[in-house]
This record gives sequence, structure tokens and C-alpha cells, in this order.
Amino acid sequence: MTEACHSQWQYNFAFLDENTKRMLRRALLKAVAIPGYQVPFGSREMPLPYGWGTGGIQLTASIIGQDDVLKVIDQGADDTTNAVNIRRFFARVTGVATTSSTAAASLIQSRHRIPETPLRSGQIMVFQVPEPEALRTLEASEVETRKLHAHQEYGLMHVKLYEDIARFGHIATSYDYPVMVNQRYLSSPSPIPKFDNPKLHMSPALLLFGAGREKRLYAIPPHTRVESLAFDDHPFSVQRWEQACALCGSHDSYLDEIITDDAGARMFVCSDTDYCQQQQEGKA
Amino acid sequence: MSQPVLSVSGLAKDYGNGQGCFDIDFELYEGEVLCIVGESGSGKSTLLATLAGRLSADAGSVRFRDRAGSSHELTTLAEAERRRLARSEWGFVTQHARDGLRMNVSAGANVSERLMALGQRHYGQLRETAAQWLEKVEISRERLDDRPTAFSGGMQQRLQIARNLVTQPRLVFMDEPTGGLDVSVQARFLDLLRRLVHDTGIAVIMVTHDLGVARLLAQRTLVMQQGRVVEAGLTDQILDDPQHPYSQLLVSSILQA
Ligand SMILES: Nc1ncnc2c1ncn2[C@@H]1O[C@H](COP(=O)(O)OP(=O)(O)OP(=O)(O)O)[C@@H](O)[C@H]1O
Ligand SMILES: [Mg+2]
Ligand SMILES: [Zn+2]
Repeated sequence: MTEACHSQWQYNFAFLDENTKRMLRRALLKAVAIPGYQVPFGSREMPLPYGWGTGGIQLTASIIGQDDVLKVIDQGADDTTNAVNIRRFFARVTGVATTSSTAAASLIQSRHRIPETPLRSGQIMVFQVPEPEALRTLEASEVETRKLHAHQEYGLMHVKLYEDIARFGHIATSYDYPVMVNQRYLSSPSPIPKFDNPKLHMSPALLLFGAGREKRLYAIPPHTRVESLAFDDHPFSVQRWEQACALCGSHDSYLDEIITDDAGARMFVCSDTDYCQQQQEGKA
Repeated sequence: MSQPVLSVSGLAKDYGNGQGCFDIDFELYEGEVLCIVGESGSGKSTLLATLAGRLSADAGSVRFRDRAGSSHELTTLAEAERRRLARSEWGFVTQHARDGLRMNVSAGANVSERLMALGQRHYGQLRETAAQWLEKVEISRERLDDRPTAFSGGMQQRLQIARNLVTQPRLVFMDEPTGGLDVSVQARFLDLLRRLVHDTGIAVIMVTHDLGVARLLAQRTLVMQQGRVVEAGLTDQILDDPQHPYSQLLVSSILQA
């Protein structure tokens, strides 16, 4: 069966050639050894434009194996165009099984969310990162931000949070909320909502981050301390909703507001579609 | 007798084209202002940057005594250690506010940055400290949330002073801080600076091409020409009785003004 598939493939298993995968894996090993540190890598042309998750796709391609079960989400959903395309791509170039179930997946590629279903040991999450440098909006020079990391000079990050409070009365940063990984490297958790930040802390799963345009990857290995920056008198807090999910009744999940008719009626539902489904089935 | 904050001997920075600064010797004590004067291209900024470790020295020694009394040889200091000292023990005020301030964040954030870099994490306290420092440099605390782009040139320079002095550094380097200011604005700035130096006991090394600035501020002055110190001593003495022909020229030019 595998043999037959092989002969039909136009590309090497998982699209990338073995040398490129090895190069990526070496970079990943370094990233795992230095949690939160951005490792440069030689990004390859992928059959998708930047902004479509080429960084994440390359990481997934470098680590995916025949026995993996792949889940791909965009926002929290498995059925958005971007998620569907990436999942189809890997199904075609690897032949591995795909799933929408968080529990059933061994490898999860995501852009905006960490699933509500707690991750477990042995699972790997790959994040598609548009901007790996948490300090970038404050310091345009890459040479300078590298120095700031090298010398652990992170006062600048608090400048941004200070400015948030001065302008809005609270820390208005609600996604891509900066974290300190392993008490050493300031990192951008990619555009996940800050709601998901606590899931980064001591996660039993391996978390990998890939930025294609910027050619950087970084990692949060299992059971690593991840602290969301804050002030003593403005502590870190996550989004909360008054209402429960209109579909499954969950009080604990991240909700999206959706407009349900032309008159502008709204309801709040789980952004994590798999989780919502599980909750609904669990009740039935 | 207290020990000098800075002891410089035989210091040289050679750009390799005969330019730079050479054979520099001086000592600087707590609460003292030293001015480096000289014409354009005489090596003033080069000397200042070499002292602050922003340029690497080619010869000589710069010894710095920190608050705790430990002595550091700056010419061979590791980058990490130099940056630590720069954060905690020094300030650097530049001629152009855009080089010394963050123009895209508020005055309050500008003043608070060094405190946050040193680990202060209480927003309310940071804000109150920043407001007090704005007042010390004669900017209304109402302006705390305004960006420096909304400030006049004189205010921007005073904001730079607040941003640097907020952590109570021992030594502040200034490169032509009044260079872009009108004469009346400059006088007010120098007056304020003199008061702050008096109140805080910091040591200041200020580069200026204007001996008039040195007269208002500095106990001692170095006169530079072509990368070398041609005259050094008490500012009053240089003004009263300049020895070197170049100093004589400088003195006569300010006396005429
Ligand atoms: N990076 C460099 N490489 C070579 N020569 C340089 C370099 N930087 C400065 N110089 C030269 O060294 C000399 C001293 O320059 P410096 O900037 O220290 O003078 P300055 O006294 O601060 O002048 P100004 O009053 O114009 O600011 C000048 O002749 C300058 O052209
Ligand atoms: Mg200069
Ligand atoms: Zn739901």
C-alpha cells in the first residue's frame, strides 16, 4: 500500500526533501534546548504564500511521521478554508490520517488557538507565527532586538504594557500577549488570545512555533514555566464572558460572537468547534 | 578624601585615519561637572563615546567606581557588564531628542523605562515617580500621557534629563544637550541642570563646542583640538588665563559675544 502510494507521489514524503527536514529538525532541537529562544532557519519556498502558515507547515513537514494523526485548526475551527487546505495538503503529501478530534490527534497545527481539551504528554502543537519578535513593534532593528534578548533587557516590553494602561486604563493587549519562557526569554505566543496563555504554562505537550517570512522557530518544551507579563497592581487576567456557549452551554471556553441574522441578532459560541461538539454530545 | 568616580589615563581611540582621540588623562569626582570643549571634529563625541564604552578604546584605561565602591576597568569590560552599568549607574543625554527618547510612547513611559528595566513592577508607583520627575524638570504632570513629539525642543531635552536621572545614576554623559536650543531656552536648561546636579550629587561629563556653557556649569574643562587635550583645568582659570593659543582663541570669542 505504502509502496503504491510512493510511486504516485510527486514529492518526497511531506513535500520537503530530507536535507531540508534534517536542517529544520536540528534547528528544532536547538529551540527545545533553549526554551523561548528564536532559532534562525533557512526557510524554503512552499506552495503557499507567506501569511498562510508557511512557517508552521515547514515545521509540521519536518516532524510528521507515517503514524501521526494530524489536526489543523484556524481560529478554533477545523473547517475554515486555511485549515482545510493545510490538512488536505498534508493528507496528499504524506497519506497520514487526519482528525478534528483534539484527543485523537498526535500533531496539531494551529494559527489562533490552543484547543480547550487539555493537551497531553506526547502530543505536539505547531503554531503558525506571523511575527516571532515580541519586541518588534517597539524596536524595529533586528540587530538591536537580538542584543536585548542576549542581555535579557526587557524593560521595553513593560513600556508597551505601561502605555496600554496609560491609554486604556488596563492592559489592552488581548492576543499575542508577551510571555517570559523559563524565566529567561521573552517570547511572542503567536496570535493566540491571552485566554490561552495559561495553557502554555507547564503544558505536558511540546509546543513549537514557526515563522516562515521571518525564518525563525522557537519552542516551549513540556513542563516549562511560562509567565505572562504584568504589573503588580495590574495583574494578568484572561477574558471572561457573562454568558455560556449558546450551543453547548460551556462556561469555561473561549467564545466567539456571531451574528445570526440580518437584523443583527448575536449569539456567543465556542471558538473551538471540536470541543463544542464534544460538550454537546456529552450532554445528549 | 573621596575616590574619583572616573579615572582616565592614556586613553586613545584611533579611527585609523589619524582621527579619533589620543593621550586623554583626567579624573572626575562625585557632584562634579566636567565640560569637554573644542571645535567641530576635534574628537569630543569620540572621547565621550569611548568613555561610555560605546566605542572600543585602542589604548589606555578608564576606571569607574560604582555606588557600592567596586572599581571597573571599562576598556576591557564584557558587553553584558557594560550594559548593566549603563542601565543602573550611568545616563546618556544626546543632542537630538529622537536619539535619546522614544518618540512614539508617552512622556510617562519614557521616564519609567529605566525603572522597569531595573525590575519595578508597580504601575501606580511608576506613574507617580514619573510625574514627580516631570515636575523636577519643569514639565507639568498634566503632560504625563503626551508623547514627546508634542513637546518643544527645550521640553524634550528636559524630558531626556528626567528619563536618565530617574534611576539616580552616578555618572551622566551628555553630548551637546543644548546644541539645538535657542539661547534663552538653553539658559533655562543649564540653570535646571545645575540645580539637579547640586541636589543629586551626580557627576556629569558634557560635550559642548561652547565655552560659555562650560562657564555656567563646569568646575573643570578640557579643551580639545585635533583629537588631543590642549588645555585642562579649572574652568575659571582657563577663562581668566588661557595658556594654549587655541584656548585663547576660544576665550576671546566668548568674551566678544
Ligand atoms: N567612524 C569614524 N571613522 C573615521 N573617522 C571618524 C569616525 N567618526 C568620526 N571620525 C572623525 O574623527 C574626528 C572626530 O570626530 P568627533 O565626532 O569626535 O568630533 P566632535 O568634536 O564631536 O565634532 P562635532 O562638534 O562636529 O560633533 C572627525 O575628524 C571625524 O571626521
Ligand atoms: Mg560631536
Ligand atoms: Zn460550545
